[in-house]
Amino acid sequence: MSEERIDIKKERDDGDNTRRDFLKNMGIAAVAGAAALSAVPADAEAKVELAEHLQGHFELMTDGQKKECIERLEKRYTEEFGKKTTVSNAPPVKGVLFGYALSISKCIGCRRCVKACVQENNQSRHDPEIEWIRVLKMEKGNLAFSADKLDKGYPETSALGNHGVQVGGNAYNAVGVSGETEHYYEPDKVPEKDAFYFPVQCQQCEKPACVKACPTQATYRDPNGIVVIDYNWCIGCRMCLLACPYWARRFNWAQPNLPAEDMNPKTHYLGNRPRMNGVMEKCTFCLQRVRDGRYPACVEACPVGARKFGNLLDPESEVRKILATKQVLRFKEEYNTYPKFFYYID
Amino acid sequence: MKIMISFAKDFVSYALKGGGKYYAWLLFLSFFILVGAYTSFRQFSEGLITIGATDQVSWELYISNFIFTAHIAAAAVLVVIPAYIYKRKDMKDLAVLGEIIALSFVTIGIIFVTYHVGRPDRMWHMFPGIGIFNLPNSMLAFDVVVLNVYLIVNAIAVFYLLFKKYIGQPMNKKFYTPLIYLAVGWGPLIHICTAFVLSSNPRVHSWASAVLPFAFLSMAGASGPALIIIIFLLIRKYTKLQIDDAVIDLFSQIIAWSLGILLLVLSAEYFTELYSSTEHAASLKLNMFGHHGLNTYVPWFWITMVLIIGSFVMLLIPKIRKSYNSFLPAVCAVVFLTVLLEKPVILVFPAFSPTPLGEYAIYYPTLIEYFNMLFVWALGFLGLTLLMKGAIGILTGEVRHSDAAAVKGGVK
Ligand code: SF4
Ligand code: SF4
Repeated sequence: MSEERIDIKKERDDGDNTRRDFLKNMGIAAVAGAAALSAVPADAEAKVELAEHLQGHFELMTDGQKKECIERLEKRYTEEFGKKTTVSNAPPVKGVLFGYALSISKCIGCRRCVKACVQENNQSRHDPEIEWIRVLKMEKGNLAFSADKLDKGYPETSALGNHGVQVGGNAYNAVGVSGETEHYYEPDKVPEKDAFYFPVQCQQCEKPACVKACPTQATYRDPNGIVVIDYNWCIGCRMCLLACPYWARRFNWAQPNLPAEDMNPKTHYLGNRPRMNGVMEKCTFCLQRVRDGRYPACVEACPVGARKFGNLLDPESEVRKILATKQVLRFKEEYNTYPKFFYYID
Repeated sequence: MKIMISFAKDFVSYALKGGGKYYAWLLFLSFFILVGAYTSFRQFSEGLITIGATDQVSWELYISNFIFTAHIAAAAVLVVIPAYIYKRKDMKDLAVLGEIIALSFVTIGIIFVTYHVGRPDRMWHMFPGIGIFNLPNSMLAFDVVVLNVYLIVNAIAVFYLLFKKYIGQPMNKKFYTPLIYLAVGWGPLIHICTAFVLSSNPRVHSWASAVLPFAFLSMAGASGPALIIIIFLLIRKYTKLQIDDAVIDLFSQIIAWSLGILLLVLSAEYFTELYSSTEHAASLKLNMFGHHGLNTYVPWFWITMVLIIGSFVMLLIPKIRKSYNSFLPAVCAVVFLTVLLEKPVILVFPAFSPTPLGEYAIYYPTLIEYFNMLFVWALGFLGLTLLMKGAIGILTGEVRHSDAAAVKGGVK
């Protein structure tokens, strides 16, 4: 009962806040209006806005245009978040095809990877809250068949006997519910006794359904095999979200809420730079890190070492060794998207 | 040039004239346009968070309505085919009305799509030439092409036919015949393409189905003529334009048989899903029976089915088909609304559950979403009404170029 009251109070506070925000915004709007009438800087700002609206696909820009565009962004982010922000344009690494391996027997469902990912990649923290990794929790099967149902089933009697060959018997008694997953669990301690875990994120498919579906090629596969999005080119049609069989894409339904103090200022144009309203985003294997020769944030964050990352073209890399020696599976193989994200058992 | 201006002037001034009922109708539409202007402003300034869509259920009322408008737009060819291909004399004049319906509904559809995308200001990214067009990969890109071509073809045809009539010149067969044939061929195409936008997503099991284009075409054959009958009956009653009973009969038969085919298609689909009852049937089962207490969609499913079967049976009865002033328009209204209702509650929303990661989510549209939807509809009906009204003026000869005789044979 008391909990309920707290919630209600919180909502009231929120209401007040929005009203206050609204008033504040009105104030800002008024000031902006006045500024537009008199000052030159507002003009410059408008020009920047226009330049952004007219800018083409990142891959098709000349080097000069890219430089200009990145300087524009750095300046804006630095002002907006009050900290020196860099937007890198580091090119893909030569001779590398990135791949990921995740041990499903090691994962304990602590979701530190999810947290680390959100922090590293500047996701919206609330309204909407955006997380790129989902850790699915599944119940371990309770394999209890009941003996007194052995002969049950219908048609109850037939010329063939009474063995419940069509349906019935134990067929409708769910034995384990491994088909049903849950990713909103909140345990005190992990791993929970009767559960196992299965993290899912963008699988960086070799034949990505999302890239095929995108009408503007805003999303494409980079030479390292990572599927990226030009946030400034995406029109927000959400065809890619619909096409992805891994539910790996996230949409900015509103202006992202990224508090300045939580913002990670080391960004990449195609990776973790702050996104805008109405565009798609997703895991990029921490493009800003891996193009720099570092591990993705989730790999570093995993306390049990369930996550491995490396170059699939290098037979000596850890991932390749795992592929060669462990029992490996790809999630949803039937979709033929050929993920470069491998699950293994050890 | 002068003629063009006087054409536009005469057309508009005739379209704006009307009786009390006519103005009441226009006022009624304006109300939704007014409210919708505000809600649209909210959505475009705050983003899609103002509507009910989520990452789980990412298509909203806009797209379900868009699919429906494609139905109606495509069905307009059913007026054109008898007139120009079977050369029915009593329908020759009506063909242009069919084209107007096509024109208006493609436009409504395109506006709906604009409401759907997150960044409408960047729509130019998918215009060929200045943007990037992901052909032949993206089905959406194809859809954009077919819709726009249909729009342009119909716009030209409507304008051409009306203008020629206005200045009292015979039409140049060499020009309009290919145009009409193109429009007729293109109608089903916008449909098939829209169906492919859906069924190209194998992860949405209930759309990854080969019967989808046929379901769409048969629904188009039912809902389009339903609207056409209602419009024609209204025209017959309130204007001087003559429309024979035979025309209405033709359309009510088309509706009946389209519904029959639709029932066949649906039963084929439901059998395929339910007999083996694999994972593929999960969303259909959610739709029919609910899932762990999530049964918001269930009543809608059964209501829709009853209405489809009910109207089919009703239209099989000749007496009802002939009751032009009572039962027939009522049944037509039911058919129109049923197909409109089917879009969100059977085709779109349940299809998203379970998500690829096994979540079930129910869709709740927001008020802003409803009002934006009504806004687009009101806008569309306003355009449709005005165009129809003006066209009728021209067809009945009330709107004519002042010295039509003088220009005869002059301007081409
Ligand atoms: S997992 Fe989904 S988002 Fe990632 S590449 Fe594959 S299809 Fe695209
Ligand atoms: S939402 Fe953006 S990235 Fe996704 S398909 Fe549409 S334009 Fe492409």
